[in-house]
Amino acid sequence: MRVCVVGCGAIGSLFAAHLAQVEGVEVWAYDLARDHIDAINERGLRISGAGDVLAHPRATSDAAELPGCELGIVATKSLHTADAMGAVGAALADAAVCSVQNGVGNEELIAETAPRVIRGTTFPAGHLVEPGHVEQDTGGKTWIGPFEPKPARMDEVERLAAALTEGGMETIAMPDARGAQWTKLVFNAATNPVGALTRLPHGWACEREDIRELVRGLVAEGRAVADSLGIELDSDPDALVDHATKVAHDHKASMLQDVEAHRPTEVDFLNGGISRFGRERGIPTPLNDAVWALVRGLERSWTREEAP
Amino acid sequence: MAIERICVIGAGAIGSLYAGHLAQVARVSVLTRRPEHAAALGRGLRISGKSDLVAEVSASHDADELDDADLVIVACKAVDLPSTAERLRGRFEHAAVMTVQNGLGAEEVVAREGDWPLISAVTFMSGTRRSDGHVEYELDTATWLGPYAGTRTSYELVREVEGLLLAGGLRAEAMPDLRPSQWSKLIFNAAVNGVSALTDLPHVRAFADEEQRADLGHLVRALIDEGKAVASAAGIELHDDPWEMNVRAVARGETLKGDYAHVPSMLEDVRARRPTEVDWISGALTREGERLGVPVPLNAAVWRLVKGKERSWERAPEAVPA
Repeated sequence: MRVCVVGCGAIGSLFAAHLAQVEGVEVWAYDLARDHIDAINERGLRISGAGDVLAHPRATSDAAELPGCELGIVATKSLHTADAMGAVGAALADAAVCSVQNGVGNEELIAETAPRVIRGTTFPAGHLVEPGHVEQDTGGKTWIGPFEPKPARMDEVERLAAALTEGGMETIAMPDARGAQWTKLVFNAATNPVGALTRLPHGWACEREDIRELVRGLVAEGRAVADSLGIELDSDPDALVDHATKVAHDHKASMLQDVEAHRPTEVDFLNGGISRFGRERGIPTPLNDAVWALVRGLERSWTREEAP
Repeated sequence: MAIERICVIGAGAIGSLYAGHLAQVARVSVLTRRPEHAAALGRGLRISGKSDLVAEVSASHDADELDDADLVIVACKAVDLPSTAERLRGRFEHAAVMTVQNGLGAEEVVAREGDWPLISAVTFMSGTRRSDGHVEYELDTATWLGPYAGTRTSYELVREVEGLLLAGGLRAEAMPDLRPSQWSKLIFNAAVNGVSALTDLPHVRAFADEEQRADLGHLVRALIDEGKAVASAAGIELHDDPWEMNVRAVARGETLKGDYAHVPSMLEDVRARRPTEVDWISGALTREGERLGVPVPLNAAVWRLVKGKERSWERAPEAVPA
C-alpha cells in the first residue's frame, strides 16, 4: 500500500513516521520545506517526546517525483490545502484522500481534485525541533470516516485506520466522523481566537471568569450549529476547555503561535466555518462572527504600511 | 461669575492642549504627577501643529501649591481619575469642575470628593506629547460641554466656559443636555477603540468595510447597534449617529494611499502596555445594558478580550517596542 502525506510539518511528520513503521506500507512525504525534506532523506525522520520513532519515509519537494498512491493524508495548514492538492493531483488521481487538518472546509477543497475523500480529526500535537526532527507534545486518538458528498469506501477508511493504529497512532474508523470533527472544531473555535486576541496561554485566559463566559458563549453557538446539522458531538467542548485549563495551563494555542510569528491563521476554517454553516442553517453566530473579524483584522495589521 | 483663573488637572496631551490655549485668555495653573514635568511647564508650554503658540502657565505636582481657581478641568485618563480626584478634596471651594474623560462615570467619581458644580464634557480633539513642555495638536475637533445632569450647574456657566475655549482658539459647543453627545461618543469609542486595541489597526477604512462576511465594518456596526439599543432604553436620543461618525472619521483620517490614520488612545495604551480605559467605555456600556435589560454580548466580548490582553502584560511584563 502506498500512502502520500501531503504537508509534512509537525502533524504530517507524525503521520508519515508512524505509518512508515508498518510492514507493507510505502510512505511518501511531500512538503515545500527543502531543509526538512533533505534531512529526512539523509538521516530519516525522528519523532521524540510522546512518540519515539526513527522512520525512513521517502521525501520530496517535487510533486512530479511522487508515484501514484492509493491513499493520501493531507496535513498542511488549512490555507495551503488548495495549492497543495493542485500540486499533487496526479499522484492522488485515484486515491482516497484523508484530511487530518484543523477546522471545517478542507474536505470540500480536497474533493475538488481527489476522487474519494475521508474526513479526519486528530488530537496528537507536536512541533518541529529542527529539520528531520519533530517532538510529539501530546498523544491522542484520530477519528476518520467517509466524507459524505464524495465518500471514500468504508474498506479504504478501515485499511487506513488499521495501518495507522498498527504504526502506533490509534485511529478509529467510523461511518460518520462528523461528531469528532465538530467537537474539536467547537473547542478550537472557542479557545484559539481568545488566545490569539489576548495573547494569553489557554489556562491564563480560561481561569478568568469573564473570559470563560465569552468562551462558553462561543461554544454555545458552535454547538447550536452542530445541532442544526444533526451532528452529535462526541464529548462536551466546555468540559474539554476546563480539562485543558488544568492539564495544558501554559499551552499557547496554535493560532496564538501564528499571531506571534505574524503568519496567517486558520480562523477562516474555524470561526469562519462555524459562521458559514450557521448561515446556511439559519443559526446566528454573532460571537464567532466577531472574533473571526477581529482575527482577520489582526492579520491585516501585519501587512499594513503605517506612516510613523 | 467671571472665570479668570483655571486649573487643569493632568498634563497629558489633552490637558496640555486645554492649558496652552486657555492661557491665552485666563491665568492657568497645571497639576502634574511628576515634579520635573511641572518644572518643564514652568519654563513654557509649546503647542505646535494645528496651533502654534508658547503659553505661560504655573505648574506643580502638589495640589496644595496650586493657586485657587474659578474653573477646574480634570483631564487625566479615566484610569487615573479615582486617585487624581482624591487630590482635589478640600480644594477649589468656589470653582466649577469640568470632566473630559472618555466613557461614563467620571462625574460620579469627582462628586465623591467635593460639592462643586459639575460640567460634563467630551472632547474629540487629539494630540501627541513630544516632550514634557511640547504637545503637537493633531485633530482640532470640538469639545462638547453641558451641565452635569441633576446638579446645580447653570447653563450660563457652561456658556461662559464655551466662550473661553473658543476665545483661546479651541473648538467648543455648549449644550443644555450633554448626554446625547456623551453617549454618541461612548458608543463610537466602545466600537472603534475596542476593535482597534484588539486588531492593532489604527482607525482605517476597514472599520467601515462591509463587503465580505468577515469584514470589520459588520462588527463595528453590530457593536454600535448594541450601544444604540442601550441608549434608547436609557431614554437618550443620540446627538450624532455613531456609525456615521465612524464613516466620516475614516474618510477624514485615511487618504486613499493609507498614509495617515488616527491611532485611538486605547491602541496607544495597548502598544505601551498601559492599563486601558476599557472599563469606562465597553465596561460602562455593558453594565448599562445589563442594568436596563438590553443584551450587549459583543460589547461584553470586546471588554473581556481587552481585559485579557491587559492580563498578558502581567504575565510577560517587559514592554515590546511597537
